[in-house]
Amino acid sequence: MEINQIMETIRMIEEENLDIRTITMGISLLDCIDSDSDRACEKIYNKITTKAKDLVKVGESIEAEYGIPIINKRISVTPIGIIAAATPDTDYVKFAKILDKAAKDVGVNFLGGFSALVEKGYQHGDRILIDSIPQALAETDFVCASVNIGSTRAGINMDAVAHTGRIVKETAAASDLGCAKLVIFANAVEDNPFMAGAFHGVGEADCVINVGVSGPGVVKRALEKVKGESFDVVAETVKQTAFKITRMGQLVGKIASERLNVPFGIVDLSLAPTPAVGDSVAHVLEEMGLETVGTHGTTAALALLNDAVKKGGVMACNHVGGLSGAFIPVSEDAGMIDAVNNGSLSIEKLEAMTAICSVGLDMIAIPGDTPASTIGAMIADEAAIGVINHKTTAVRIIPAKDKKIGDMVEFGGLLGRAPVMAVNAAGSEDFIARGGRIPAPIHSFKN
Amino acid sequence: MRGVVTVIGKDKVGIVAGTSQKLAELKINILDVSQTIMGDYFTMMMLVDLTNATADFEGAREQLHELGKKLGVKISIQNQEIFDTMHKL
Repeated sequence: MEINQIMETIRMIEEENLDIRTITMGISLLDCIDSDSDRACEKIYNKITTKAKDLVKVGESIEAEYGIPIINKRISVTPIGIIAAATPDTDYVKFAKILDKAAKDVGVNFLGGFSALVEKGYQHGDRILIDSIPQALAETDFVCASVNIGSTRAGINMDAVAHTGRIVKETAAASDLGCAKLVIFANAVEDNPFMAGAFHGVGEADCVINVGVSGPGVVKRALEKVKGESFDVVAETVKQTAFKITRMGQLVGKIASERLNVPFGIVDLSLAPTPAVGDSVAHVLEEMGLETVGTHGTTAALALLNDAVKKGGVMACNHVGGLSGAFIPVSEDAGMIDAVNNGSLSIEKLEAMTAICSVGLDMIAIPGDTPASTIGAMIADEAAIGVINHKTTAVRIIPAKDKKIGDMVEFGGLLGRAPVMAVNAAGSEDFIARGGRIPAPIHSFKN
Repeated sequence: MRGVVTVIGKDKVGIVAGTSQKLAELKINILDVSQTIMGDYFTMMMLVDLTNATADFEGAREQLHELGKKLGVKISIQNQEIFDTMHKL
């Protein structure tokens, strides 16, 4: 073993914030369905606390033995809109509370799956679940909610777009942090380990381990060494770095799966930033030669980064899945926050960036008086990008109560802080009021 | 199980002696040693075998960490697999 290779690994972890962002245990709750909601809740609690009882302990033992930080240990479950539909209940807050209790008792810091899949239409439980979101997120700490409102095969459910636009507003009114735990998707994936949008799809095995890696700092440091070189060199450097980062994810996932005796699902090849200095995707883009993220050239830089990360990562692990792409949340990325503050990054530019990377308008604060129809229209725009381009897109925006453009909203921890961004003031009310569905797109004649 | 012990810090008398004595106490066998000075920093890697170790991995890590504090250097031990995984196909 070469001394400099050992030093490289140690430097990546200690100085460049290389870490495993999350080990997420996906747990199917299909066998917990019961017409009596109390009994269903009891089965849910028992299943989660049995399957995940060693998750945190195993995660910590891997951290200690391998010397690589594993930031989050999390759980995703089958969408509760399906599980609770068998009950006669008219709100599902009770289910959110039992999930929250289970999450706390096993020691994880988020649990995703308070979700509904309504890309084509609502079944009985979906409407109740979506209506329960504001209160469920206000009364729990660790539960995350998501709604899938469109897909490339089904088109966009505009009734759900209007509905979730209202729900985002109500969630913001009910609690300050609620909207940070709510994602509205198009083309949602069933094996995503990242919050807040993780849920355990019905096509998944009973219990699996999925892993999300991180490491924007490592990529930035690698690019610093090739300053001024051509994009051929940049792409190659990102690929090689992504390979090394992803190998860590593969190793940790393999060991966690062995120790927990649960099958290993996928590694999500994402570059996920944190608010910490040196852990920013924006700074990677700036390292390619942009004065600040958001300026002209940002979309091209992001396209290269996103693609090279996948190319490097795919060979490094057995199964790739989840969202797999660079995340561009505003509040969780120091470089993005700076760019918004200095006026070079707007919602319109962020929307363009979401056309080529995962996952969407993420952790963006907007003025609290933004109408529900405008939020709905933002959701529809993002969904359109995803549906037409065969990719996952999402909206996680936070209408900030009593705040105006430029004010800061503090979320704390990994969720960071976000400046309130300007939203187009012209209305979309009549557009959203139409309802119905935007048909699925045709897939020949591509241009 | 094999581990990699890394010792990094300002060079001074007794780092190698202190570290290898502690490893001997713990019945951790040293398989290979590589040492260099990077700038002002003393850097040493040891490939070790923990098969007959008297402490578990966690315990050995803790004791080496304590020793590091005493010697004024940073001593860590990691499962060798992490380095193999990243650098070998």
